[in-house]
Amino acid sequence: MTDQNHPQTEPKPESHVESRAKSQTEPVQSATFTKAVNAEIRRAADMGIYDIRGGGAKRSVPHFDDLLFLGASISRYPLEGYREKCATNVTLGTRFAKNPIKLDIPITIAGMSFGALSGAAKEGLGRGATAAGTSTTTGDGGMTEEERGHSDKLVYQYLPSRYGMNPDDLRRADAIEVVVGQGAKPGGGGMLLGQKISDRVADMRDLPAGIDQRSACRHPDWTGPDDLEIKILELREITGWEKPIYIKVGGARPYFDTALAVKAGADVVVLDGMQGGTAATQDVFIEHVGIPTLACIRPAVKALQELGMHRKVQLVVSGGIRNGADVAKALALGADAVSIGTAALIAMGDNDPKWEDDYQKLGTTAGAYDDWHEGRDPAGITTQDPELAARLDPLLAGKRLANYLKVMTLEAQTIARACGKSHVHNLEPEDLCALTIEAAAMARVPLAGTDWIPGKGI
Amino acid sequence: MMTTIDLTEQGLRYLNETLQQQSAGTNQQDWTIINPRGSHAIAVGLDAPIQVTVNGSTGYYCGGMNKQATIMVKGSAGPGVAENMTSGMVVVEGDASQYAGATGHGGTLVIRGNAASRCGISMKGIDIIVAGNIGHMSAFMAQKGNLVVLGDAGEALGDSLYEARLYVRGSVKSLGADCIEKDMKDEHIKQLAELLERADMDADPASFRRYGSARQLYHFDVDNVSAY
Repeated sequence: MTDQNHPQTEPKPESHVESRAKSQTEPVQSATFTKAVNAEIRRAADMGIYDIRGGGAKRSVPHFDDLLFLGASISRYPLEGYREKCATNVTLGTRFAKNPIKLDIPITIAGMSFGALSGAAKEGLGRGATAAGTSTTTGDGGMTEEERGHSDKLVYQYLPSRYGMNPDDLRRADAIEVVVGQGAKPGGGGMLLGQKISDRVADMRDLPAGIDQRSACRHPDWTGPDDLEIKILELREITGWEKPIYIKVGGARPYFDTALAVKAGADVVVLDGMQGGTAATQDVFIEHVGIPTLACIRPAVKALQELGMHRKVQLVVSGGIRNGADVAKALALGADAVSIGTAALIAMGDNDPKWEDDYQKLGTTAGAYDDWHEGRDPAGITTQDPELAARLDPLLAGKRLANYLKVMTLEAQTIARACGKSHVHNLEPEDLCALTIEAAAMARVPLAGTDWIPGKGI
Repeated sequence: MMTTIDLTEQGLRYLNETLQQQSAGTNQQDWTIINPRGSHAIAVGLDAPIQVTVNGSTGYYCGGMNKQATIMVKGSAGPGVAENMTSGMVVVEGDASQYAGATGHGGTLVIRGNAASRCGISMKGIDIIVAGNIGHMSAFMAQKGNLVVLGDAGEALGDSLYEARLYVRGSVKSLGADCIEKDMKDEHIKQLAELLERADMDADPASFRRYGSARQLYHFDVDNVSAY
């Protein structure tokens, strides 16, 4: 049977393979079960623990890139670059505090803990922020001399864990930030795994060295906005009503959270979208809880406007701010300032390709490295290992951060001048349009070339 | 010399500012606060070895973040009395509401009545002595320090406990995750006797049981997942 329709000679194996290949379908990877998804299933099956990592949401979400500025035209005069003034200063805490914080630029450094970061990294943040005329922020682990000493303006975070919280540090802070949540994990507490709980970190947190530390997600002594109002009264009484009190919330229900923060007596609302980073939490939390930064701003501004508090209670927006365009867009949507965390670390050297060989040894690559909780950071930033930490020169890191902050500010000014604004705060939603329907709906600005804002009728 | 502040007349800001301005060598060692009327944040942020007596009951956070001062509440205290205290002493003659002594880093909190839920939550070195009973979830995530209870403890005592020591004379309704009974050794009897003496309470240290962390949740283990 096999011989009847075939040549007498046996087909060559090569041509046999070739003909079979021609009749086969292309192997298709599933869009649902991608290689990365399958790898994570295998990793979960191997390890029996969820994936923990640092950073913010890596998935693609509508962001500031989906907005454009319109620029000046016949109906708008632009300002001359370098010649006509475009101010960038911002004052935070004008509502109740006797000593509001006056910043030269509308970009602050977000809270990152000593513990998550090395002492030298905290020093670098302080040096950079101070040189650029802005503030830096403590984190879940108390205030260190490195950051207090090198930060002209330091915001002291008041967190559920209360690690290292004490009235002396409260009094030597320039502002107090009551942390209710953060964008990477709204509803989650801190996490610092044993590898990074050095003796100094353990001592500051009153914990045994080397344990896997899970901080509380709720404050231990208040529940809800009415209690929070009393808590803020207490903090003001302890600090003589001098210091601005910020309330930081993760991007979840920005309209209500902003209104409730104002009700509770905040001077400043810090609103952190889902691209905002963390030192460590579950990947599933980072990627699936909270809303994009772009979607947070307008509801928060609406709440402030309805309460007659826009510009009286300042709004600081964070989560995925990378350049001056992002700054300008956040301000145009109604924020008073922005805050950066991940970007500041990158400016100092995090994920720098110069450490590629070391990233490869950790099974990753520059740009993708997010195992900040493991304390083996080749760049020496997210570590407590003295040898690795020594790789970061705090003076150079501070200089790099200051440079970066100045570039962002110049970029934001460039855009503001192009829109004819003498202060970056004069940017407004009317200066913007959106590239996608999603961004138009979230930012409540028209789709480019149309007057259509989804959800606003025709 | 004793100085009296009428809270209703002179206001909270005056009260706290005046007390906060006292320093170690002050001649005005003794202060009495009258008409507290359940106000919040009474005598917070003090930092001098002065004696403050509050004639009546207080609202939230009386004695919050106290350092050095001795504060006596001649009444009951609202939520979070002596929260985050670092040193000194706070004494509540009556009952204390929830989260008494929360996150306290040092000093002594004495409650002569009962304490409600979450007494000593997240405590970090404070010593708390309660003459009566304590409510549920007390010493939740307690890290350091001692909680002494002459009466009974409610449900889930010491849930997710770290290194704090819990001494209870009466019954414990239930223990929280990772909290176990431990042996009373000589060092514990000795420590307990000192704590009871400091609180001016008469009880036999040998009649107490000690509870502490089993330390099973210190490192993540997937087989403990129901406890997380």
